[in-house]
Amino acid sequence: MIDRVLESRQFDNFDLRFLGLIFLILGIGVLSIYSVTHDQGGIMPFFAKQLVWILLGSVAFLVMQIWDYHRIARWAYPAYVVILLLLAFVLFEGKTSRGAQRWIPVGPFAFQPSEFAKLVLVLVLAHYYSKAPRVGWLQRVVVPGLLMLPGLLLILKQPDLGSGLSFLAVYAAMLLMVGMRSQAMGLILLFSLMLFPFAWEMMWGSLHDYQRQRIMAFVDPDYDPAGKGYHALQSRIAIGAGELTGKGLYGGTQSQLKFLPEGHTDFVFSVFAEEWGFVGVLVLLLLFVALIWLSLEIAARAKDELGALLAVGVVCMLCFCVVVNIGMTAGMFPIVGIPLPLMSYGGSATVMTMASLGLLLNVKRRRLGLFY
Amino acid sequence: MAISGAFDSDLGELQRRLVLLRIGLLLVVALLALRLWHLQIREGPYYRDLSENNRTRSVILEPARGLIYDRNGVLLANNVPSFSLYVSLEDVKDREALIDQLTQLIGLDPALVRKKLAGRGAKQLPRKIKDRLTLKEATVIESHRLDLPGVMIQVESQRNYPSGTAAAHVLGYVGEVSAEQLEKPEFSELHQGSIVGQYGVEKYFDRIMRGLAGQKSVEVDALGHEKRTVVVDQPKAGDDLYLTIDARLQKIAEELLGLESGAIVALDPTTGDILAMASRPAFDPNVLSRELTAKQWVEIVQDEGRPLNNRASQGQYPPGSTFKVMMAAAALETNTVTPSSTVHCNGGYQFGRRLYHDWKAGGHGSVDLHQALVHSCDVYFYTVGQRMGIDTIAAYGHQFGLGEETGVDLPSERVGIMPSTAWKQKAKNEAWLPGETISASIGQGYVTVTPLQMASLIGTLANGGVAYRPRLVQGIMSRDTGHLEELPPIEKHRLKVKQEHLKLIREALADVVTEGTATRAKSSIVTIAGKTGTAQTSALRTGPEKDIPKKLRDHAWFVAFAPVESPKIAVAVLAENMGHGGAAAAPLAKEVIESFVRLTQHAPAAGHVMTHKAHTGSSEF
Repeated sequence: MIDRVLESRQFDNFDLRFLGLIFLILGIGVLSIYSVTHDQGGIMPFFAKQLVWILLGSVAFLVMQIWDYHRIARWAYPAYVVILLLLAFVLFEGKTSRGAQRWIPVGPFAFQPSEFAKLVLVLVLAHYYSKAPRVGWLQRVVVPGLLMLPGLLLILKQPDLGSGLSFLAVYAAMLLMVGMRSQAMGLILLFSLMLFPFAWEMMWGSLHDYQRQRIMAFVDPDYDPAGKGYHALQSRIAIGAGELTGKGLYGGTQSQLKFLPEGHTDFVFSVFAEEWGFVGVLVLLLLFVALIWLSLEIAARAKDELGALLAVGVVCMLCFCVVVNIGMTAGMFPIVGIPLPLMSYGGSATVMTMASLGLLLNVKRRRLGLFY
Repeated sequence: MAISGAFDSDLGELQRRLVLLRIGLLLVVALLALRLWHLQIREGPYYRDLSENNRTRSVILEPARGLIYDRNGVLLANNVPSFSLYVSLEDVKDREALIDQLTQLIGLDPALVRKKLAGRGAKQLPRKIKDRLTLKEATVIESHRLDLPGVMIQVESQRNYPSGTAAAHVLGYVGEVSAEQLEKPEFSELHQGSIVGQYGVEKYFDRIMRGLAGQKSVEVDALGHEKRTVVVDQPKAGDDLYLTIDARLQKIAEELLGLESGAIVALDPTTGDILAMASRPAFDPNVLSRELTAKQWVEIVQDEGRPLNNRASQGQYPPGSTFKVMMAAAALETNTVTPSSTVHCNGGYQFGRRLYHDWKAGGHGSVDLHQALVHSCDVYFYTVGQRMGIDTIAAYGHQFGLGEETGVDLPSERVGIMPSTAWKQKAKNEAWLPGETISASIGQGYVTVTPLQMASLIGTLANGGVAYRPRLVQGIMSRDTGHLEELPPIEKHRLKVKQEHLKLIREALADVVTEGTATRAKSSIVTIAGKTGTAQTSALRTGPEKDIPKKLRDHAWFVAFAPVESPKIAVAVLAENMGHGGAAAAPLAKEVIESFVRLTQHAPAAGHVMTHKAHTGSSEF
């Protein structure tokens, strides 16, 4: 009887709001995907496949709550090794799409290890920090940095600049959260700024041509409107043309007439913005802010450091993806391949995002578990 | 600073720092919202415009050009459907790759395509790359549609001249508006690829026949594939022309010239309507109206026969003795001679140290005006010309339309030369020499005329002195209203020559045919009056005609009208390098006149018939 009452307390308002937000955003995503791809043929339309991914994601969401997150964290290192092997495998055997090798074919589907690597990195770093002795720079900065490095390098090699940046973002967020003093962070920032020209030089040299051109296109989007600046320009046109109230569902001519490429994946936000206008965009931003706010709440109320670090890692990763994705579609950042969490079409990203949110809920529910 | 001191360690501190994240999150989201507000609200209308341009392409709908009929409603120029290849530059990502593809698929000349794509024109309008694609070419392009973004095939009407070279110089031809033409105000509403008349009636009446282009706004996707037509601004077809030409007579005139160079103009002296205007050699307007290669064009332009030259209105020849018709009127009107006064012709006219020969060795003896015309006595006209002086001759010449534009509705009409002292001073900066008047008196020397001027001249004489503006178009059919506007004949002026004088000349010209130099023009079915002429092309000729190289031989002239009692047709024949007018030109004129009589005795050809025609009846023949 008591068990049952406690069980029901776990699904309090907080959970319902959390779940509601997740499925609302997922729903908006599916609608946008449907709008932009409904006239495309194929065995199974994109929106239907996305529903399958959401179903799979829901399973992952639940699975992530079966075991205590402490038990999950114990699998962090083995999981990381597996993901590193998969990332290495991708480089040799992966499926090439749009100039990058990111996918491993599994039957009729393809799965993208770099997406899952983000979640695994959160687990690895959270696990490391919660166990590591609290001494010095070496353990706090260098060792976790070295932990991150093989994954980062393998991902950049694909190349997948977006996932690589997500990696760095997770690492930076963890550093911030484990409590570097502000003076120390200032020092690091200063140091980074001083190093930036050299780093830029090295990075520029190691970039692929198309990446360089994208950055050029970002600096001056109109320098090659039909070529490398095309994505950025068309995306800006789509968003801008939405104006206050949008062109309505299926009314987005930019996306409907395929001027906007990747309208169902990385540029799904542009599709949404064209169809629903500034009003719709504000609503969507509020939904994301609310979701992240609730997630931060979970981190703030986590019962231990591992829980807090896991929650912070997940939140920062999602937050980073949302901001960078919208920023790049709106022409604030160069275009790097980062999907919009819960909205972009894609199996790996959807399942990974929902698994991450499941982990968040896990952290929250174990806190309540203290009262059993 | 102790290194370990850089870190705080407890959970509380970690959770305290989440505030930083919250603030950071709100800041970043505020920034995003600001950016989106900027894009969607502040610059929204700008991007909306861009998106409209992104998805719609304007496609020009070429208007159907007005048709051309002859006076009996026989179709002379129409439009046939044809495939044209257009490229919309906005949809082309790689121009050179596209040129390569087109070269491979249908063998276009890469340089030409490059030029077409580079040419001036509204940026968002598709460029016409090639017209008159064959069905096979069109099929090949259509089947590669997906690989050729921005390429489209339009069905358009193409100018067609069903009778080929017939009336080529009258009809002219059409062609793409040139870059230079586009700069001119009268072509301001046109665009690259527009078809305009480039010669002949097609050019002169271009504005009327051209019509007005329409535009459709086609929604296209990112690959340039048409999705749907959004707005249609229907093109307005051009108006139809009804020519004064009788296609049958035209054909006969052309066949009479055959392979020789020359011109035949037949007109209705009572209206100025040109019934036939033949110029040989000719060209095929169908060939010139499609895209020519540079080589083809050079071949046509450099052809020694100058087929593009309309010899009827642009060829300038010494009129030879046909000039005497005008001279006779001038001499009578100025009282230089009376009908009965005579001049003795002994075969030459001495002026200073030079002897001016008569064409007839031994001379004509004592001749009056009538005989002088009938036998084309040169000495008689040397004499009267000398008495009148060049400026009097010129004054009458101008009255008869020499050295003047006839005003015919064709572009680039030439006026020839009616010399005078003032003319020579202006043109050569030299004084007129008295001896030059003598040559001019028999239509040699500086005098040059066009066959059209001579046809007009003889027509004016025939109708009693009314100078009509010779014309090729007698009616315009509006496509809008279906209304046929008949153009009234235009009377330019009346000769200041007494009717009795004109009558005397007409009677003399009638005798030219019955007993004079043009007996070969004598017809058994109609009375014909006329005057022969032989225009010297070189002063250095000696010996019999047949020994002279063809291109140095004289031009043969014959001007005529018929029937003598009530003239319905005036004809001028000019046969280049054919020798004496009486021998070479007169029979041609006779053929034309007899054909005209036969044609008008029967019902006119099927088709639309202009209603105002004055001479459909044949009772007077």
